[in-house]
Amino acid sequence: MKVLVPVKRVIDYNVKARVKSDQSGVDLANVKMSMNPFCEIAIEEAVRMREKDAATEVVAVSIGPIQAQETLRTALAMGADRAILLQSDQDLEPLAVAKALAAVIAEEKPDLVMMGKQAIDGDNNATGQMLATILGWPQATFASSIELGAGKATVAREVDGGLQTLEIDLPAAITADLRLNEPRYASLPNIMKAKKKPLDVKDVASLGVDIAPRLKVLKVTEPPKRAGGVKVENAAELVMKLKTEAGIF
Amino acid sequence: MAVLVIADHDNASVRDATHKTVTAALQLSPDVDVLVAGQAAKAAADHAARISGVRKVLLAESDALGQGVAEAVEAAVVPLMGGYDAVLTPATSQGKNFSPRIAAKLDVAQISEIIQVVDAATFVRPIYAGNALETVQSADAKKVITVRATAFKAAEEGGSASVESVSAGAGAANTRFIDQKLVKSARPELAGAKIVVSGGRAMGSAEEFQRVIEPLADKLGAAVGASRAAVDAGYAPNDYQVGQTGKVVAPELYVAIGISGAIQHLAGMKDSKYIVAINKDADAPIFQVADYGLVADYKVAVPELMDALTAAGK
Repeated sequence: MKVLVPVKRVIDYNVKARVKSDQSGVDLANVKMSMNPFCEIAIEEAVRMREKDAATEVVAVSIGPIQAQETLRTALAMGADRAILLQSDQDLEPLAVAKALAAVIAEEKPDLVMMGKQAIDGDNNATGQMLATILGWPQATFASSIELGAGKATVAREVDGGLQTLEIDLPAAITADLRLNEPRYASLPNIMKAKKKPLDVKDVASLGVDIAPRLKVLKVTEPPKRAGGVKVENAAELVMKLKTEAGIF
Repeated sequence: MAVLVIADHDNASVRDATHKTVTAALQLSPDVDVLVAGQAAKAAADHAARISGVRKVLLAESDALGQGVAEAVEAAVVPLMGGYDAVLTPATSQGKNFSPRIAAKLDVAQISEIIQVVDAATFVRPIYAGNALETVQSADAKKVITVRATAFKAAEEGGSASVESVSAGAGAANTRFIDQKLVKSARPELAGAKIVVSGGRAMGSAEEFQRVIEPLADKLGAAVGASRAAVDAGYAPNDYQVGQTGKVVAPELYVAIGISGAIQHLAGMKDSKYIVAINKDADAPIFQVADYGLVADYKVAVPELMDALTAAGK
């Protein structure tokens, strides 16, 4: 079984995004970039499938600038077998990403697409669902556990208020939620080994899919700031203030 | 233009997020219909018909719709879209699951988690965990939108729209529903609660989380939340998670206990009306957004708070 894992290079999880003064976007110059945390979870899950011999090959794919090769090297160091970069200097919308991935999938013919539920930059939470729709594959989003069977997968999904379990036929697209696993750190020997693993770079335009943006970003602004309030001395004062000032009780 | 709202419901009634999404939809067009896709969901459809401003309610029923299978919901909605210029869905886990499918089928962008309607084609949405707000204009003929319900006021009830049945669509061929295990709780639902009490990593264990946070929540009639750190550490279930990667809440009172206030957590609660923070680290970022901060070890402060609430008649 072949697993394809799309990964995205985004601002590092621990870095606070700052809006550019001209309101054209978020300032990413000289900011630490990393693999999107949900993509890390997806890579980890695919690599575990490979280690349990449930998968035979793990292919990581990224769409982004040439620097996204670093993100793919991280995926390779975590255990992916090879990587493909679809180079694009334009930031693609989820629909365009899904179309580009569908074109790669037509060539690669994986049995499973394992990906993150959301990228922490655009926060769209849409690409996996769109990809499944375009491919006509079943989907299981927000996975918290995956069991592979013959030609199918049983997926427990995080839903509001609990867990839902679905059985889906393969090929399918599964998106990872937070608790699916805890991604490993790549060891130094594996980082060295990853440098020798194959990484193909293609221009995203060579796929011949419609990647034109559908949304025009008019401006990007700072959210209204919330002013800090007062410190109280003890619990009794807190309850008193909640009662008299906030009118809560 | 006409707008379709896809209801968030439990077959018996529609949830508050639906009322809020109707408010957003009415800002696009006065012609707002609501689709209730479920199984044995007539009661929910009748409830939706009482939301003021709703023109009519469409009811689609099948097993797969009752189970909320995304492929089935998409298959029920897409044929209806000939009559609508926009479809709005509350950004619940259910809505996030199927809405992008509708967008892909219609070959349009999804505009995710809008917090403001500027005009019928222009919307404001948070990006980067709410650290920036993006104003986007859609060039697509049909708009597919998910709505962050906490950003809109709930539409009142008092209407009496008609309810009509529509086709349930083709269902889902390759997806089978196995089961759903929902945590039964006497507490209010996190997303719509008036008061939320959340615990963080400082709790140190699941037992401690239950011992400290839950009694306080029960005393306040509050829902229980948790930081991602507490969820990651296994102290609280994932559906307690408040933040960018969990639920976004905006209660009247948010009580953060032993939560440092990571960016990702603040993104999920900073629109609360009043924020209380109890943390022994005076420099914790949570104090920068808290209306009332108490620098204290929760082990001392929470029992005192319980006593003070008792003394205040709670």
